[in-house]
Amino acid sequence: MEYKATREAYGKALCELGKKDSSVVVLDADLSGSTKSKEFKKLFPDRFFNMGIAESNMVGVSAGLALSGLKPYASSFAVFITGRAFEIVRQSVCYQNLHVVLCGSHSGVSVGEDGGSHQAVSDIALMRSLPNMKVIVPSDYNETYMAVLATFDMEGPVYIRTSRAKSPIITNKDKFEFGRADVLKEGKDITVVACGMMVSISLEAAQLLRNSGIDAEVINASSIKPLDEETLVSSVRKTGRVVTVEEHSIIGGLGGAVCELLSKENPVPVERIGLNDVFGESGSKEDLFCKYGFTKEAVAERVKKFLNG
Amino acid sequence: MEDFRQLEHIAREIRKDILLMLNRARSGHSGGSLSVVDILVALYFGGILTYDPKNPDWEDRDRVVLSKGHACPAWYAVLSRAGFFERELLWTLRKLGSPLQGHPDARKLPGVDASTGSLGNGITQAVGIALAARVLKKRYKVFCIMGDGELQEGVVWEAFMSAAHYNLSNLIVIIDYNGLQIDGKVMDVMGIAPLKDKLEAFGFRTFEIGGHVYKNLIDTLITAKRNVISPTAIIARTVKGYGVSFMANRAEYHGVPPSDEELKKALEELGNGV
Repeated sequence: MEYKATREAYGKALCELGKKDSSVVVLDADLSGSTKSKEFKKLFPDRFFNMGIAESNMVGVSAGLALSGLKPYASSFAVFITGRAFEIVRQSVCYQNLHVVLCGSHSGVSVGEDGGSHQAVSDIALMRSLPNMKVIVPSDYNETYMAVLATFDMEGPVYIRTSRAKSPIITNKDKFEFGRADVLKEGKDITVVACGMMVSISLEAAQLLRNSGIDAEVINASSIKPLDEETLVSSVRKTGRVVTVEEHSIIGGLGGAVCELLSKENPVPVERIGLNDVFGESGSKEDLFCKYGFTKEAVAERVKKFLNG
Repeated sequence: MEDFRQLEHIAREIRKDILLMLNRARSGHSGGSLSVVDILVALYFGGILTYDPKNPDWEDRDRVVLSKGHACPAWYAVLSRAGFFERELLWTLRKLGSPLQGHPDARKLPGVDASTGSLGNGITQAVGIALAARVLKKRYKVFCIMGDGELQEGVVWEAFMSAAHYNLSNLIVIIDYNGLQIDGKVMDVMGIAPLKDKLEAFGFRTFEIGGHVYKNLIDTLITAKRNVISPTAIIARTVKGYGVSFMANRAEYHGVPPSDEELKKALEELGNGV
């Protein structure tokens, strides 16, 4: 299986968009090598603006560019672009429903050694709470590439969450649809809904569960807002139980979104796997995944316990 | 324009409109609306701005961003008088369903080029609009009107830094320097001096003028429009509540509308005659 980081796809897709349309402009806040927006700079230096270590101003400037008819893509680490700049994202981007695409790279604990200060664990919750904002957490390189391309024709603001670490390529679709979840593995005993890097982990966990006689349905909910209500509800009607898996706090992210939906449409027990209202810390990605329960074994174990509990 | 009596007359009418609007809305910001009037009148009626009220989205128009968004009653009265919308709309200020929101909303009202209100947000957008002119090869100017208290927001200085870094000579920042903010004097709440030195250090060609003197305003704005080297900042020394004796220079009127009695008195001072 091929492994690639989702942030690599962001850079590649930006170049594609830059070739397609001269109104695409790209901004970064001194992290263009890490977010991969630097790839765009290499091809289109006149349409790339480094705004320095000033994320708030970068987002406000993006709003001004969008007001002038350009299509800005602004990136930084997820923790800064959604946290430091939150108020400007709210006031200048979302309040005006401007077509600004924000990319937060280095999300979750898979950032690794940089530690808790740099690991975004609340960014999905923050962005999801803002009116007009759409939130996409692609599961792999291919899906990220397609999602970034798809933002071009969207209206209003979009937040795309990418990761630093490499992860297996598990999708091969030729088009990304906002508001659509994909059933990657059908099953009848439980619905496992995941986003980002946790989709591949959940697929592997489903294999382990199969050995224990549990037939899990695995859904890639990369479009967290809008959420694919139909696919999720129809799966839950079949299985009757849900586990959500995300590299994010269990408060306000994918788990929160799924609970909000099901509490209205089809209330069933839900187990949320994620960071249990804690920050991350330094360590290798592998060690952190072990500690915080993001391995296939840990996810499979939680599902089993939940089903038997 | 050598004779500024016409502009002074317009400014008096605008001030009266502001007081009427705020009185009917029963809320809103009197002091900062009155201090910014002459800056706006100079821009819109002093031959500075390129605009077409019948075509508010004209892509070659000069842009105006009111970063001190709470002073929007003044802007609304000016936009209406400039022909962007009917005067009757002024009396709907802050009412449910009105395009005249408590702070400017670009999606609701023609003539408003960016939504503002949260201080510091306007200048960041103005920098983006100015930068866009470079990408789009347009010659428009961006006028961003700020408060002096607003300069306490850190993002303002991020925006100034970026304007100078990208040499945005099409950006003209006008600071309505009335010296007061909600909690009192700017120098007591959180001093911003020496402002001219700071702006110059941040790469702005900076002017300091009387903000209620039309000759100063017009001459400086013309100079700023011709500047092709750096962004421009104009520190316009103003009086909060200017034009109404009992509101002048009083922080208490920052966010308070005139009562019926105060309105009557203020209108008399400004001259009831048309």
